[in-house]
Amino acid sequence: MTPSPELGHPGPALIEGRGLRRAFGRLQVLKGIDLSAAAGDALAVVGPNGAGKTTLLRILAGIMRPSGGQVRVLGEPLGRGGSVARRAIGLLSHQSLLYDDLTLTENLTFAARLYGLPRPGEAAAAALEDAGLADRAGDQPRKLSRGLLQRAAIARALIHGPRVLLLDEPFTALDAAAAERLRALLRARLGAGLAMVLVTHDLAEAWGLVTRVAVLLGGRWVADESRSGALETFLPRYHALIGV
Amino acid sequence: MSEALRLALVVAGKDLRAELRSRTALLSALVFSALVLVIFNFARDPTVLAAADLAPSVLWVTFALAATVTMNRAFTVERENGALDGLLLAPIPREAIFLGKLLANLAFVGTVEALTLPLLILFFNVDFGRALPGVVGVTALATLGFVSVGTIFGAMAVRTRFAELLLPVLLLPFMVPPIIAAVQVTSRLLAGRPLSEMGGWLRLLTLYDIVFVTLCTMVFSAVVDE
Amino acid sequence: MTTPLPPADSTASRVVRRGLILSGLALLALAGVYVLALGYTPIEARQGLAQKIFYLHVPAAWSALLAFSLVGITSALYLWLADPRLDRFAAASAEVGVAFSAVMLTTGPIWAKPIWGTWWTWDARLTLTLFLFFLFVGYLALRASVHDPAERARFSAVVGILGLLLVPFIHLSVYLFRTLHPQPIVLKPSAPSLPPAMLRTLLISFAVFTVMYVGFVMARYGLSLADEAREGGDAG
Repeated sequence: MTPSPELGHPGPALIEGRGLRRAFGRLQVLKGIDLSAAAGDALAVVGPNGAGKTTLLRILAGIMRPSGGQVRVLGEPLGRGGSVARRAIGLLSHQSLLYDDLTLTENLTFAARLYGLPRPGEAAAAALEDAGLADRAGDQPRKLSRGLLQRAAIARALIHGPRVLLLDEPFTALDAAAAERLRALLRARLGAGLAMVLVTHDLAEAWGLVTRVAVLLGGRWVADESRSGALETFLPRYHALIGV
Repeated sequence: MSEALRLALVVAGKDLRAELRSRTALLSALVFSALVLVIFNFARDPTVLAAADLAPSVLWVTFALAATVTMNRAFTVERENGALDGLLLAPIPREAIFLGKLLANLAFVGTVEALTLPLLILFFNVDFGRALPGVVGVTALATLGFVSVGTIFGAMAVRTRFAELLLPVLLLPFMVPPIIAAVQVTSRLLAGRPLSEMGGWLRLLTLYDIVFVTLCTMVFSAVVDE
Repeated sequence: MTTPLPPADSTASRVVRRGLILSGLALLALAGVYVLALGYTPIEARQGLAQKIFYLHVPAAWSALLAFSLVGITSALYLWLADPRLDRFAAASAEVGVAFSAVMLTTGPIWAKPIWGTWWTWDARLTLTLFLFFLFVGYLALRASVHDPAERARFSAVVGILGLLLVPFIHLSVYLFRTLHPQPIVLKPSAPSLPPAMLRTLLISFAVFTVMYVGFVMARYGLSLADEAREGGDAG
């Protein structure tokens, strides 16, 4: 019996995957994955390189087609083009998704226009204000430090008010202080009712944030549990699972 | 449809704004065109061939080369910082992304062409006279078709290992019909021939545009959706 | 080719073996066609023996066009059905098509020199085959430069479809170009009416080349099947 990470959350699922499979040629990367996350849930997906973590996240984001199965966001299938489901998804990755030749204001205004926000310019200004980047609004991303760039990327990811935030190795290249700030910000968003799915190979960075941990190995779940206790008690079990 | 068009303009507007900010690519493409014209001038025997006789061929070979070297640019900018993911993530149809990129490429190639034409008149001493509106028209007709194919090949080429080499090898065969037609129409226009002599070529160009703009819009999702 | 032969009992090896047998038979039959062409088919009055290359040249062009059409059709089907077998077939067909168009492009000048006095002429059909060759080479260059199998299949399918639609445009533009610039061609490559004996030999050669195409494609298809099985085994 394959465990599936959908135990023990009260609300309805904001994002839900059923029987997700993905093959590249003959190589089966995902072999039937179920998952769901409700408001306030933060699901960490961990596993060794090549376990299928990035593939899973890209399928959940609607950037990659599954070979089988379906993703539903707010109960609606995640299809192509404009839809309620797509509007509800935000992606924060280790890359900023920002254009180097545009200023922060231009970048965020463009993102706001893509999501059809009514007043894109104001939305961009407000998002920069929230991120504490109002005084850097006219700068290009390449002029920002890694920490400030991360803040701009967060502003880009959240500008349209997503209900589900997908995170792809968001702590990569952040120093300890920046990582702690990111955790604090994400915790506040969780409290406000966001659902998160976070893919990481470094569980230590995410441990203080997540509510559930699921281990992906060879395209299947091999473990899935609510986070309990300290990281030090989980790690030996994790290492045994992935055979380190 | 109007929503898709609006989003296409948003995408194209973003590209042009970024282009105007850096201007490096545009300036390089212009210098490239000027150099091709100069080389053509010295690659002919002036005692045998008058510069003006060669003008239509020179014009179109220069346009084709300039378009080919600039077509990777549209999707190269999407590769930095994973920006393409940001586009694909958004609730916009893939067709709108393609049309936006096509419009941006057309604006870019069109600008290069618009500035190359006066250089040709200057260097090759051709008198366009009343043929100018016709030449502009046939340029627009021919450019639309091959830029459309170039846009989709550029989207693929930037994801491969030999983008700079692969794009011309894939694209140049597709440039042959529009270039043949455009050279024929241009030389007839310069010779002051009646429109009826160009009917076949103009129909060929129109058909090419309809077929390839439609087809490229349709298959674009296969290029970007994994 | 560095691919070791697949295990004898696998599907891949059966396909390869059948393909090779079929190719072998077709090559024998091609030798037969030339016995027929040289011994039992009349010598063309104006061209003499040089015309004998016709039985190689025209069927090779036909096979190249067949190969290219099937690349385009299976490409379109691939984008619709996403079946890897269609992609594998398209790739095999393109490789075989390169070989056939190369035969066509080398026999063309050899034939043209004694007849027309020139190695190359921009005849509409010859030009079209030249472009088929360019398109095939571009298609294969693209395949060689994409790593991910799914991405490679999607990209090459797009080029396959666009290429198939380009062919009529190339033909039309070269045709318009030629008719507006007539040149002193003494003879068209295929005379409108062939004597029955020549026609018979030609039709047999067409059949032989079609069988050869099928045999080559089968062998190539089987080899890529074996390749994938090996890679799948390594990665899984």
